[in-house]
Amino acid sequence: MAVDQSIQRRQSQLTRGKLPSYAVWVVLAASVVLGAALSALIGFSVVGWAIISAVVFVLAATLVTAMAEGGRKATDRLVTYLVYGAFILALLPLVSVLWTVLERGLPGLSHNFFFTSMNGVTGAVDNRVVEEGTPVLGGAYHAIIGTLQITFWATLISVPIGLLTAVYLVEYGQGRSLTKAITFFVDVMTGIPSIVAGLFAAALFGLLLGPGTRMGFVAAVALSVLMIPVVVRSTEEMLKIVPNELREASYALGVRKWRTITRVVIPTAISGIASGVTLSIARVIGETAPILVTAGFATSINWGVFSGWMSSLPTYIYYQILTPTSPTSPDPSTQRAWAAALLLIVMVMILNLVARFIAGLFAPKTSR
Amino acid sequence: MKALRFGRAAAVISVAALALTACGSDNATGEPAPGNGSAAPSEMGAAVSGTLTGIGASSQNSAMEAWRAGFQSLNPDAMVQYSPDGSGAGRKAFLSGGAQFAGSDAYLSEEELTSAMEVCGPDGAIDIPAYISPIAIAFNVGDISGLNLDAPTIAQIFKGEITTWNDPAIADQNEGVDLPDTPITVVHRSDESGTTENFTEYLAAAAPEDWTDEASGTWPTAYQSENAKGTSGVVQTVTTTDGAITYADASAVGSLGKALVKVGEEYTELSPEAAARAVDVATPVADRSENDLALDLQRDTTESGAYPVVLISYHVYCTTYDNQETVDLVKAFGSYVVSEDGQAEAEASAGSAPLSETLREQAQAAIDSIEVAS
Amino acid sequence: MSTNSLKASTDRGRAGDKIFSGVSLAAGVLIPVTLFSVAMFLVVQAPPVFPADPETVTGGKGFAAYIFPIVVGTIIAAAIALLIATPVGILVALFISHYAPRRLARIFGYVVDLLAAIPSVIYGAWGYLVLAPQLSGIYTWLAENLGWIPLFEGPASQTGKTILTAGIVLAVMVIPIITSLSREIFLQTPNLHEEAALAMGATRWEMVRMAVLPFARPGIVSATMLGLGRALGETMAVALVLSPGVLSPSLIRSGNQTIAAEIALNFPEAFGPRLSELIAAGLVLFVITLIVNMIARIIISRHKEFSGAN
Repeated sequence: MAVDQSIQRRQSQLTRGKLPSYAVWVVLAASVVLGAALSALIGFSVVGWAIISAVVFVLAATLVTAMAEGGRKATDRLVTYLVYGAFILALLPLVSVLWTVLERGLPGLSHNFFFTSMNGVTGAVDNRVVEEGTPVLGGAYHAIIGTLQITFWATLISVPIGLLTAVYLVEYGQGRSLTKAITFFVDVMTGIPSIVAGLFAAALFGLLLGPGTRMGFVAAVALSVLMIPVVVRSTEEMLKIVPNELREASYALGVRKWRTITRVVIPTAISGIASGVTLSIARVIGETAPILVTAGFATSINWGVFSGWMSSLPTYIYYQILTPTSPTSPDPSTQRAWAAALLLIVMVMILNLVARFIAGLFAPKTSR
Repeated sequence: MKALRFGRAAAVISVAALALTACGSDNATGEPAPGNGSAAPSEMGAAVSGTLTGIGASSQNSAMEAWRAGFQSLNPDAMVQYSPDGSGAGRKAFLSGGAQFAGSDAYLSEEELTSAMEVCGPDGAIDIPAYISPIAIAFNVGDISGLNLDAPTIAQIFKGEITTWNDPAIADQNEGVDLPDTPITVVHRSDESGTTENFTEYLAAAAPEDWTDEASGTWPTAYQSENAKGTSGVVQTVTTTDGAITYADASAVGSLGKALVKVGEEYTELSPEAAARAVDVATPVADRSENDLALDLQRDTTESGAYPVVLISYHVYCTTYDNQETVDLVKAFGSYVVSEDGQAEAEASAGSAPLSETLREQAQAAIDSIEVAS
Repeated sequence: MSTNSLKASTDRGRAGDKIFSGVSLAAGVLIPVTLFSVAMFLVVQAPPVFPADPETVTGGKGFAAYIFPIVVGTIIAAAIALLIATPVGILVALFISHYAPRRLARIFGYVVDLLAAIPSVIYGAWGYLVLAPQLSGIYTWLAENLGWIPLFEGPASQTGKTILTAGIVLAVMVIPIITSLSREIFLQTPNLHEEAALAMGATRWEMVRMAVLPFARPGIVSATMLGLGRALGETMAVALVLSPGVLSPSLIRSGNQTIAAEIALNFPEAFGPRLSELIAAGLVLFVITLIVNMIARIIISRHKEFSGAN
């Protein structure tokens, strides 16, 4: 208590009741020391040390703040630390995943990988790679083409349907029972297991075009089933938070409802919508199970989404990992799989950039 | 300024995309394009053309890639596509007409044979053995590379009744081997698979007193233990877990220790020849057409030098197809697969055991009987 | 006709209005239609299993005995995932929208969006190659020290491939979904509300609690539902990470199984009755999603939805 008072006495009127800025660092240092001591008691490990120190620090800092600045400030500080802590906690596995993919994927990104298919690459070729150290042959070109095509068609189907559904839900259907039903069904649709969506699309096209119909477009339909609810759900939320004042202002100027929606409401929400669409693409571009049963399994290049079997990056990864081209020496296959995973992430990154750029063109200026 | 930067990025991306889409090649191995005269003509005479679709077992996928590559270099105008969806999915697709042939770790059941008449005509379908793979009983115990084990011991280990590596049951069969007291971690396949089916069939036949469950593609729930998906999954798990044991395709187990299985009075080491020997002493399934080469392996054989833990993967063809082009294609591909070249390609790529001379001749005769539906 | 151009333009506008609302209605109706066809597909393919002889069903005790453990397993895995992912996801979204320095926030938001794109196979491979071995030590410790709690009953899995690991992997997959959506909504909180709260002397947390969270609540629920959908239906990651087995209350032993993974693991080799059994399992998963969503709907409808469009 004596220390507290001496600190307070030296402070000016304005900063009274506020901890000096070095206090946090003092608490941090103390917690790290205490953490080291405690973790040494139960068997020292860096992870244990970090966890205990963090917990001690959050508790101590909150307590100190509570004594010096009062309960409200203490709660604020606690939440701030929790938010930062949650971010670090979430970042750890995410960084670990990214690191794993980068570490294992980078060596595989060769010219061969980008520009050749797996056509003609057999286990014997891979055995030679391991035994004689020749470069890894065969790549993912066919899978890249397949992924781009299938995802493009899935987006082409899903985005208009999803966007219009959201428009109906928010702008036209307010309060109707159909709206409630659709919202509910959209929620249910998000829970369709991806394999079921694939089987459904396969069965549907089997009925329409004869048994065993497999092509890129069937996969695109299967992915759409998974994609539409994500588009609807995110777009709906974004449209809902467009302030009503904007709509009313537009009506007051005599603008038709549909013009208001296309020219005022959607542009206002476009950043969020683009983010949602990117999210939905990201959600389906990595789907494996539905493509396995709808698009077949190709090792050569196929440009036609409406004819012939097609490969995609996720199925490519899946098969390279689970049934290596050469079971005796699976390393080349594993390398291709991780390289493909890295490539997939980079592709989504580019997509994301493009989506943000497009959204930026349409979005009205905001403070953020 | 900002727009300019974005524009430049967009330009770079589009140029990259353009480059990517323009320069792709199907010639991954860098070998001269097929049909340049370097390849020998097909054994069937004139090269065939068309697309042949197969769906089926993932066990023979690696071999299938070798066959497809080999076949297509002989027949540049022909294309074979194979989707390793699984045996069940393959037979289902075949029986519904969705594929021209199926790859399957099990031969067609009576029921399936009957339903095959709908798509294949009155003579139904035939099973041709195409891919033989010995199943290794692989373990990770120090640097021990081989252990003698008889069927009852293997059954007890996989049931969890023998729990440490220095158990007398193991030690008695392996005098002079320094066995640690590491606990045994049994690793089995989590997905339904032909490997599991063949392995449990072996246990049920060779150690009927210890293994009372029926053969099945899924591991019996009563003996649940550690498990993993796919051959690569179990091998990976065993490699990283000290004291672990599993069963997996012999080609995939790499440097893990392998059990020598007791057959008759001696312990047989796993080898392609020993596997082929076990297939030779197998008995044809009764009540089948003469061209159906479905085999029942004698798991409890006492034949010296035979390794009875073997997986036979079949190709299922129709006896008749609608048009001449398909028939030619099927015959050419089928013949290539069972030919000496085809089997050698599979051995080099997938580490499978080649079919024996006799079996190859029978298979060739069966494939020759395929004809156009009248 | 051309005498009154104003009228002509309004007529055209009216037609546009009709077309536009009609098209959006059609799009909306397509959703229940699709869902209905998926349900029909499942119902048509599943039935042989229900009246079937219990002996023929996997496990030999009838369909109910077969499906019950994996239903519970699915719920356990999804519950673990959401318990971790919802608070963390929302806090991360808050961090990006209200706490992080402005310039960093954009980058962080971007990174989080990317993570939603990693294919589930890769999360699965990461789970069993990187995460599971790390956790197996912790599981052994838990079994030794907290083994008296049924949740942590030993012996702990030596490979770390347990339902808890699967739940954590699912959480990692779900966090980007929850964060991404919540963040967009937090950012849309009316500035005036926030500034008013701060002007009244509220601390940052009080501002978030009073202005941001109430505004974003329905959005957060939506984000969580999307995450839940992913957690319930996730197939490949669970199939790779989990070492499935019989139902057990212990989270750190190998055991338990989820419906989606059960389908994925057994579908390729399934034939005849086994196939309809698996499709029936898919139907059950579908029904679970339906029920979970109904419950969530009831929860949301208790709070009046906040919408700019109201």
